[in-house]
Formats: sequence, structure tokens, C-alpha cells
Amino acid sequence: MSQFQRTPVKLVPVPSTNIIPERDIDKTPILEVSHLGIDFGGLTAVDDFNMAIGRTEIAGLIGPNGAGKTTVFNLLTKVYQPTRGTIMLDGRDTAGMSTIQVNKLGIARTFQNIRLFKNLPVLDNVLIGLHNEMGYHSPAAVLRLPAYWRAERIAKERALELLSIFDMRDTAYARAGSLPYGAQRRLEIVRALGTNPALLLLDEPAAGMNPSETTELMENIQKIRDTFKIAIMLIEHDMSLVMGICEGICVLNYGRIIAKGSPEDIQSNPQVIEAYLGKRKEGA
Amino acid sequence: MKRNQMLIPMPLRYLINAVLFAAFLWIMNSLITGGAISRYHSGIISSIGISIILAVSLNMATGYLGQLPLGHAGFMALGAYTSALIMKSAAAAKGLESALGASYAAYFFPAALVAGGLAAALFALLIGMPALRLRGDYLAILTLGFGEIIRVVLLNIDNVLGFKLTNGAAGLQKIPTTTTFLFTFIFVGITCFVIHTMMKSRHGRAILSIRENEIAAESCGISTTYYKTLGFVVSAFFAGIAGGLYAGNVGILNPSSFGFMKSIEILVMVVLGGMGSMLGSVLSASVLTALPELLRSFAENRMVVYSLVLVIVMIFKPTGLMGTYDFSLNGLLDKLILKLKGGNARFQKGGPDE
Repeated sequence: MSQFQRTPVKLVPVPSTNIIPERDIDKTPILEVSHLGIDFGGLTAVDDFNMAIGRTEIAGLIGPNGAGKTTVFNLLTKVYQPTRGTIMLDGRDTAGMSTIQVNKLGIARTFQNIRLFKNLPVLDNVLIGLHNEMGYHSPAAVLRLPAYWRAERIAKERALELLSIFDMRDTAYARAGSLPYGAQRRLEIVRALGTNPALLLLDEPAAGMNPSETTELMENIQKIRDTFKIAIMLIEHDMSLVMGICEGICVLNYGRIIAKGSPEDIQSNPQVIEAYLGKRKEGA
Repeated sequence: MKRNQMLIPMPLRYLINAVLFAAFLWIMNSLITGGAISRYHSGIISSIGISIILAVSLNMATGYLGQLPLGHAGFMALGAYTSALIMKSAAAAKGLESALGASYAAYFFPAALVAGGLAAALFALLIGMPALRLRGDYLAILTLGFGEIIRVVLLNIDNVLGFKLTNGAAGLQKIPTTTTFLFTFIFVGITCFVIHTMMKSRHGRAILSIRENEIAAESCGISTTYYKTLGFVVSAFFAGIAGGLYAGNVGILNPSSFGFMKSIEILVMVVLGGMGSMLGSVLSASVLTALPELLRSFAENRMVVYSLVLVIVMIFKPTGLMGTYDFSLNGLLDKLILKLKGGNARFQKGGPDE
């Protein structure tokens, strides 16, 4: 990008976000998890977790505090190695893989407690996400060969494009740690998108955002799905967001799935209501 | 002033730096060869250059990679002994002098330095792969142990194995003193250039991301083990080169000069200058090498003054003199041009480099 424009640039013509694509979960799921479980010593944090996510699905993972939602994310991204069960990503078993390998295969994530590279500029944060997209070797970098200039120029353009999804182009040279909280969460999503994922895991993306920011985030999540044609799975406590954009929802309590289904099913499910609000007293 | 404004286009920025550096080398070199700077002082200037290489290379592992290795003197020793042994055997070979002329040793010196650097890098690779899985204090203690092992091995290897290589506690003597101002500072330039260009690339960003947040770096698909090892090996390579220059500067090598205190001394330079700032490392290495010499008239009190300087800096500027600030001459020129133009040139063309 030769000129720095004030107005954000649209990535590609964005299809109307009102049209929710037909669920393709039964055809070729991007992620298939079966009987996933992990024990920490004597504690079974997650047990018998089964789930499949379609290629362009937005799935939600909800549940009370301590239900094991983030543990599921950590299992999917191989921060923890599962004790039981299999994770199939795009038809490939990820058993024994590392976080890095799983990322290269197409899982990117954000973190509940923001993990940005705080002392680096916003642009560099996204460029680090684009690390594996740039192919040049270290001699090319040290000697400043044409391969370096070309790859860096393309990567920078791409990074600025990605930043413009969230209208963050203007902050590209600010220190990431100096951004407001909501912007830091958005930057984490941009960085994750930089790794060119097939499945994006968002851990509480709306935490700490005000209602208008949350609405904007909802639109953006749908926009990301529609433009990049990727699957998104999110953990969220904000029910308006979950019910508003998720096509399939999975409810977790004490490490087990207690309900699965569409937002409507979940809202009327007595077990879910019990998990969140407790049991109705006899005769009350 | 935004940082994305680059009024001077990219290749020209390197050219300006290269020309200025060459001019600096030429002026200093003609002062030294012309006799305006005494041999004593030019020796100090060379040791300043060696300190700069050591500090800048340790800054790579400490400031950029965020680890705390305490065995930098060990890598320096490996480089020093390797290049000293090469230079001594080159000096011993009689046929070379007639073939290449009287100053033939100078031809071998760069190769010997690189060999010393490679020896240090090889050992860094060997100990780095297991060591860098450890974090913080554990890595510090492991590298500290490594540095001591190197020193003890150099001290005892002849007695144990029964050959004449390092000459034990007596050390190596009569090493050709081939280190000149020009050699030292050309290598200072190479070190700074390589580390700078490396840090402003995808590899450098990967190294910085490990310092910032290792878990996030992994989730971005960055192979943290590989980049930790890379940073560590590059750091050791230049320490080895500095060792070779040191050997050529003093002419005598002794295992006791590469003890634990030498590692700490280098670390102090980095911390004082500001971890993650190359300019800081360069400045504090210069000052801390020159200071003990300048304070010679105070004799016994000079170490007190030296320590006092450290304490004062750490109290009033705990991030080091420069923090993480890095100086860019061209950035300064950009600002100047912008001021002259009255700030009209706002959104200018940008390149991937700063």
C-alpha cells in the first residue's frame, strides 16, 4: 500500500451478513472431536467431549465458570495433550502434535487474558502472526536480498489490510500495550487471522467491551467468517452475542457436555437453565 | 511525528550509514597510523570495540530474546583460543611468509576470527538445545556452569590428555598481535549490521515475540525452540569473534581472564545501557571499558567509583540508560527534513524497514 489512507479499505465485497449460510456440518467438518478428555492428577477437567464444526460455522461454547471451556481450547491447540479421545482437524488426526504444528495446520486462537506482544508496535504484532506466510530465510534478511523486500512489502500490505477489518489502520504504529482494552482484544483476533487459519478459536472476545462495542464485534465476527470462509468457535459469557451469531452451541458443565443444539434449543433446555440458575425448589 | 514516515528511501538510508561509518573508520585509522593517537590509546580503543561486540551480542540473547545467559565469557574464551591457535600455527608455518609477504598474518586473521566465532556457535548450539528448554534462573545457572566448565577445561586439558594445546594456567603466549583498530571496528560494524538487519526481519520479530510472550508466540506458529537457539547461537558467534579480537589485542591468553566475573561484566554493560537497545549497549560498553582506564589516577578508589555509577543508574533509571530506545540517524534526518518542509509531507511512502 503506497498511500496511507484515513478511511479503512474493504477487503473484498462483503456478502450481506444477514444471510446465514446453510449449515454444512454434516458434509465435511473442519474439526471433529470425539471422546476428548483430560485428567489433571485425580481431577477430570474435561470428559467425553464430542463436537463437530462445519467449515464455515460459527459455534459457541458456553457454560458456568470453571466448566472447562478454556481447557477445551487448550486441548484443541495442544497447550495440553489430551488424556483420552481424538481431535481430527480437516480429516487429520492431531495426536502428538505441538501447538506450533496445529497452528500451521489451521487452528488460530485468542486468549482469555490478553496475550499480545505489548512492547511491540501493533503492526509488528500482526506481522508476527504472518510469520509463516513470509518464506524468506535468514541470509536473505541479513543481506537484505530482494526476497526480503518483496516478502516484507507484501506482508505489510496484508497486515494493514487485516487491521482495516477492525478499522485499526491508524493505530498500526502505536505500541500494542498502549491500546485501549477493547482494541487489544480486536488486535488479538487480527493477529490470529494473520496465521491464515481454517478454524479460529476466540476465548471471550467480548469480555470488557461495552454493549455498542459488542454489537460491532458481532458484526465483525460474521464479516470475518463470510470474507475468509473459515469456521469460528467462541467462548463467551455475553448471551446476546452467543445467541445472536452462533449457529450451533455447546454447553459445558463440570467438564461434560450437558446440551448441544441451536440457540433456540439451548435457551429452552431445562438442564442448561439448571446449570446456570440452579434447580427449582420442590413445590416452589 | 509518526514512525511510518520515511522521507529518505530505503537503500539510501543504508548508504548514508555506510558512508558515515567508512568515514569514521578512515579518520580514526589515519589518526592512529599518523601517530596522533598513541599506541596505548589505540589499544584501549580496540578493547572498547571488543567490548562493544560482546555487549551487542549479549544484548541479542538478553535484551531481544529475553533470556539470561551467564556464560558469555565461555563463548568468548572458545573463540579466543580457537583463533589464537590458528594464528599461532600460521605464524609457525615458515613457507607462508615468503609466499605472502611480511604481513601475511593479517590475511589469516579474519578467517581465524570467523573460525573462532564458529567454534563458539557450535558449542552454543550443543548446549542451547537442551538449555533453552529451561527458563529464567535455571538457564542462568546452566550457562553459568557451562562458562565455568570451559574455563576449567582450558586450564586442565593439557594435564589430563597429555598434549600441548592450551598450555594450562600459564596460558598461550606469543599470539600474533594482529588486532588493529581497523579490524576491530570493521567487525563492530558487521556485528551491529547483522544483528540490526536480523532483528528487523521475520526472524527478529519471532525472537522478540518470545521475549514478549512465549505462549502467544507458539500460538502464532512460531517455533520457539528454533528461534531461541538461533538467537543464542548468533549471540555466541559474535562473542567468539570478540574473543579472537581480544586474543590478537593482548597477545597472551589465560583461562582466568574468562571467569564468571567477565560474564557479569558484559551483562552489566547490557543492563546499564538498557536491555533491548543496541545504542545503549554500544554506549555503556564504551563508557565502562574506558572508565577504569580514565580512573587510573584514582588507583585503588576506581572500583568504588565504578560500582557507584552502577548503583546510581539502577536507582534512577532501572530500565538502563537508553531503555529500549534505538537511535536511527536517518530517523533524525527525516525529522529534520520534515521540520524544514513545515510538516507538509505527512503520509509518505513507507518501506518494511525503519
